[in-house]
Amino acid sequence: MSAGWTREQMAARAAQDIPDGSYVNLGIGIPELVAKFVPEGREFIYHTENGMLGMGPPPSEDERDLDLMNAGKKYVTALPGAAYFHHADSFSMIRGGHIDVCVLGTMQVAANGDIANWSTGAPGAIPAVGGAMDLVQGVKNIFVITEHTTKTGEPKLVERCTYPLTGPGVVSRIYTNLAVVDVGPGGFRVLELAPGVTFEEVEKQTGAPILPPE
Amino acid sequence: MIDKRCESVAQAVADIPDGATVMIGGFGASGSPIELIHALIDHGARDLTVINNNTGNGEVGLAALIGNGQVRKMICSFPRSSQSRVFPELYKEGRIELELVPQGTLAERIRAAGAGIPAFFTPTTVGTVLAEGKEVREFDGRPYVMEPWLKADFALVKCEMADLVGNLTYNKTARNFAPLMCMAAATTIVQARKVVPPGDIDPEHVITPGIFVNRVVEVTDPVHEDVLIAAGRSYP
Repeated sequence: MSAGWTREQMAARAAQDIPDGSYVNLGIGIPELVAKFVPEGREFIYHTENGMLGMGPPPSEDERDLDLMNAGKKYVTALPGAAYFHHADSFSMIRGGHIDVCVLGTMQVAANGDIANWSTGAPGAIPAVGGAMDLVQGVKNIFVITEHTTKTGEPKLVERCTYPLTGPGVVSRIYTNLAVVDVGPGGFRVLELAPGVTFEEVEKQTGAPILPPE
Repeated sequence: MIDKRCESVAQAVADIPDGATVMIGGFGASGSPIELIHALIDHGARDLTVINNNTGNGEVGLAALIGNGQVRKMICSFPRSSQSRVFPELYKEGRIELELVPQGTLAERIRAAGAGIPAFFTPTTVGTVLAEGKEVREFDGRPYVMEPWLKADFALVKCEMADLVGNLTYNKTARNFAPLMCMAAATTIVQARKVVPPGDIDPEHVITPGIFVNRVVEVTDPVHEDVLIAAGRSYP
């Protein structure tokens, strides 16, 4: 087995940093896995921006309700204590600072906390933003889960984003296959290395200066 | 006695003119008023501006309306998804306009129109290309972008239950944009799974008060976009 964390392990590691009782919004992709790794003794309430708090796991075939979807347009369930509401209320929860944690995937994240995860800006591409810009501006803590580099080995943790921004200076922590990285006034700092990974390897695969664990 | 019922979906949409701005409820498949959209396709109004979170899927519902050449411009937050083909093709050929609006801003612009508020300031899009050319103002030391209200001539929405005066309830996440669109359109047309006499919906349980609703048409067994797509259907 190669060194570093799997996607499941990245998600499980991120879940460790979410306090009990948090209202949490999970982005599409790896962030969705966080829901599978709620630490023992804690409870999170999941928000989905299409109008629900208290979202539960995917339904069985028999349980499936065609009117019960999440923001990724996948069928979900409602847990006891769930609530439905319209879109303006849903984004009041986001923009109004009522959601505690949002976990997002990304294309790039910069040492100053900028995030770019909605568009490559390529000519001819169809732009699609969804709720990403509302989430990064409104949610109290923005966590990012991402592979440390792209499939072709380019760093995703960069000095400055080259793709169009989703929001400036909003990300506080990053969970990659190699490390947990804090984003602070001094830029990137490794908080924790994945098993079998050295700081030098992380430094080599990061596109900006990065500080070692304290 | 007030009775906002229409006899058919065809009758309900019959006066939508060419060039109208039409809000259509739904988030992806959930809450999409398929029967009203198909009636609008049959009716044939063209040159429409359509407001919806997405651009439809497969070749039914909103995607079929677009595919039928009736839509000049889409205002939405997420115009592509795994099963959307019609809009992306027309967009790449330059045959349809797109105004991209972040989802929360889209919802609030619609709500503001219904609430009589011509513009508001939001932190969403600050420091991004979507804020270019827009007024930015500081409040408590933080920048916010001004966004205008978004009105429509008509809204087409789906609900669970309606009474004769237009009070509505919804089903789960099918609610999404519908209550906002009911407020923001000059004429709101609702398809309800069940239409009941006044009093049958507990006033404490009304989600959209009837003052925001003009027409109600009963569609007892509405089709679902995902079911139509899975069956390989297209419309007309």
